[in-house]
Amino acid sequence: MIITEVNVREVAALANLTLTDEEIPRMAADLSGILTHMDKLNELNTDGVEPMSQVIFENEETATLRPDVERPSLSNADAVANAAISGGGFFKVPKVIER
Amino acid sequence: MDVRSLTIDQVQTGLRNKTFSAMELTTSALAFAQAENPKTNAYLLFCPERALAAAAKVDELISNGEILPPLAGVPIGVKDVIVTKGVRTTCGSKILEKYIPPYNATAVDRLEAAGGVILGKANCDEFAMGSSNENSAFGPVRNPVALDRVPGGSSGGSAAVVAQGTAVVSLGSDTGGSIRQPASFCGVVGVTPTYGRVSRYGLVAFASSLDHIGPFSRNVADAATLLKVIAGRDPMDATSAFSPVPDYNATLGQSVKGMRLGLPKEYFAGLASETASKINKGIEVLESLGCTVEEVSLPHTEYAIATYYIICTAEVSSNLARFDGVRYTARSEKSDTLSDMYRNSRGENFGAEAKRRIMLGTYVLSQGYYDAYYLKAQRVRNLITQDFAKAFEKVDALITPVSPFPAFKIGEKVNDPVQMYLSDIYTITGSLAGIPCMSVPCGNTVEGLPVGMQLLTKHFGEETMFRLAYAFETAGGFAG
Repeated sequence: MIITEVNVREVAALANLTLTDEEIPRMAADLSGILTHMDKLNELNTDGVEPMSQVIFENEETATLRPDVERPSLSNADAVANAAISGGGFFKVPKVIER
Repeated sequence: MDVRSLTIDQVQTGLRNKTFSAMELTTSALAFAQAENPKTNAYLLFCPERALAAAAKVDELISNGEILPPLAGVPIGVKDVIVTKGVRTTCGSKILEKYIPPYNATAVDRLEAAGGVILGKANCDEFAMGSSNENSAFGPVRNPVALDRVPGGSSGGSAAVVAQGTAVVSLGSDTGGSIRQPASFCGVVGVTPTYGRVSRYGLVAFASSLDHIGPFSRNVADAATLLKVIAGRDPMDATSAFSPVPDYNATLGQSVKGMRLGLPKEYFAGLASETASKINKGIEVLESLGCTVEEVSLPHTEYAIATYYIICTAEVSSNLARFDGVRYTARSEKSDTLSDMYRNSRGENFGAEAKRRIMLGTYVLSQGYYDAYYLKAQRVRNLITQDFAKAFEKVDALITPVSPFPAFKIGEKVNDPVQMYLSDIYTITGSLAGIPCMSVPCGNTVEGLPVGMQLLTKHFGEETMFRLAYAFETAGGFAG
């Protein structure tokens, strides 16, 4: 699979990632090289093979429900302590709605 | 007391016999680690206050005549992708340069409850993505065995501190080989337990279906001790296993006579000759202990790298979406709109490898490619897992190399991501299957570079794995 610079810009937009003009050609070359290697999987017939999304093993118990009771959670101050900018107990962000 | 070579057992004996107090040990371990660290850059941060407070508690237990918990006073390094309450956790990334976690990882809680003394946070590749520790935003780690070489990655700092003697044991994380490969490059023991054996709560997520926390140590018994402390069901991680945790140390020293070992033929073809000869010598040691050896086949091995890098990058693109400039400290200052703020915060603060994997993952999950890449890879992951299940019908453990080559020079592979990914060939198969695997030292090359031998067993086969590794160590296998 060959990835063009146009493809890179499209994927970067999907990924919410700004790439510089210097990064884009390098990214196109890297992704092309890696995806070409990944195309190797097409050699394999996987008809009827179940997709494996999680490691599965025999285990004694599988119930993962806990009692539905209140537990302490982070305080508001702790929750926003690592925010880039916060105020009044909220995360502050640039204006969302344009007028 | 020589802090460089201490084992857990020696720490416990020293404390019990009052050869040293926990405060004295912690003070000298910290002083030594701080003095040695500039050579390797293995620690990103020291937390002396936390360490001395933990040591004081141990000394109190001793003065009260109480039984010492299993890690009492043991100086430990923790990989910087594992969160520590109140102690900066960067994941080797500029985007978390100032992040102070409000909670502890379960593994951290458990090792501190067992008396462990965390000296500091170990350097690593950014978000644990890398095979050389050159992807850290805070500079590469140098291999203590050969300072011009990489320590491996991504847990390069965790391997280096144990090899350098600046911690007795350490915690690392492994997604595709990030414990075993640095352990092999630095000549120490590194264990990737069964997926779900150790809670991932507080391990900053990279690829959730593949991430593991595991121990580094200078001998097999210490790895077994540390794993036992951190393993076990945790309600905070729904994927953590219910199986009871055995006393791994109890079976160390039992005979391995008659144990059936498999050599996957796909792992020995095309192996660099010096590594091959070391591993073959290691296999002879195991045979001399009465193990039987046979060739087995894991036929889908050649598809493992493509499979792994599709699945892990897909999970990366989802997991790293949370780093958006809002909640986790770093934000671009030159953005007027919300979406520009997201994009620029990420663009300015993620490193090259993180960006590459976010892009790849976003691509393989995007409309029109999901079936061809992601779903296909999940099906092949199943085939790779079945390969192992079939092999373990015939044998008790598999023996392979850890890496095709020993530690390479810093800068040697940094510009070729495909070559870097291909170097993970022998470790990612076990990760995909979620089985326990470990690296043990298996002698050095002529240049003096450590070679690691990998042991793999079936799910929850850690006892067999440790018993075999211990027999190998006792027979002198570590020296080659």
